Amino acid sequence: MEPSWINAIWGGLIIGASAALFLLFEGRVLGVSGITGRISELAKGDTAWRILFVLGAILGGFIASNIWPENFSNIISESNYLRLAAAGLLVGFGTKMGNGCTSGHGVCGIGRLSPRGIVATITFMAFGVLTVFILGR
Amino acid sequence: MHLIIVAFVVGVVFSLGLGWSGMTDPERVLGFLDITGRWDPSLMFVMGSAIPVYMIVWQFVRRRHKPILDEKLHVPTRRDIDKKLLIGSAIFGVGWGVAGICPGPGIAALGSLSLGALVFVSTYFIGAKLEGFFNAN
Repeated sequence: MEPSWINAIWGGLIIGASAALFLLFEGRVLGVSGITGRISELAKGDTAWRILFVLGAILGGFIASNIWPENFSNIISESNYLRLAAAGLLVGFGTKMGNGCTSGHGVCGIGRLSPRGIVATITFMAFGVLTVFILGR
Repeated sequence: MHLIIVAFVVGVVFSLGLGWSGMTDPERVLGFLDITGRWDPSLMFVMGSAIPVYMIVWQFVRRRHKPILDEKLHVPTRRDIDKKLLIGSAIFGVGWGVAGICPGPGIAALGSLSLGALVFVSTYFIGAKLEGFFNAN
């Protein structure tokens, strides 16, 4: 098995390439919270592509979990549903309020040197670190 | 029509990158955030390789002023740092630190048939919806 940092580089290149393709062909930001945050509004002409992105991402996850099962084993065995639900609520609320998550702010925002993307990324990283420091792993 | 197809393909590729990188492993993410404990810096390489790829393509796209398949760019132009950006990102950071999952990997892990991911993604959508009620202006 490759060292984890090499897989991180390869994965990062693919993530960057997928976001870059979306920018190049459609001129849109690949921000998962931005794309999914408006699905429930069901705005005509602005919903189907969002759903198709999610379906594609699920299919990609299915393929990836067969190629790199070791990277999915922990989330498959995670059974503290209360913890996952608390995290889901906070992540959903926070990314909607802050207009972005790791992909939109962290990759696309920083990639365009957007001040909002840079500040948001520093903020969620700092609070992520602080939370792990307080709650432990 | 092209947007639906491109969004689907980009979704697949994006999740493959996430799965390869290790971002779908909550233990690795929490290890990355645990800078004062047993820090695992390897996930830094994910952003470290994704951002440069995006930067290069952005320089090309911004000079072109429009994407290949659309008439105009749909890239955010706001540059102001407001309270919502900071507070929202902070809340997201706390949620990220609680379970080690951000929106993209959560959706990708649905493809691995993880029940935990289903809990996370469901509550993520509820959290985003709640924000709409809470911050309705």
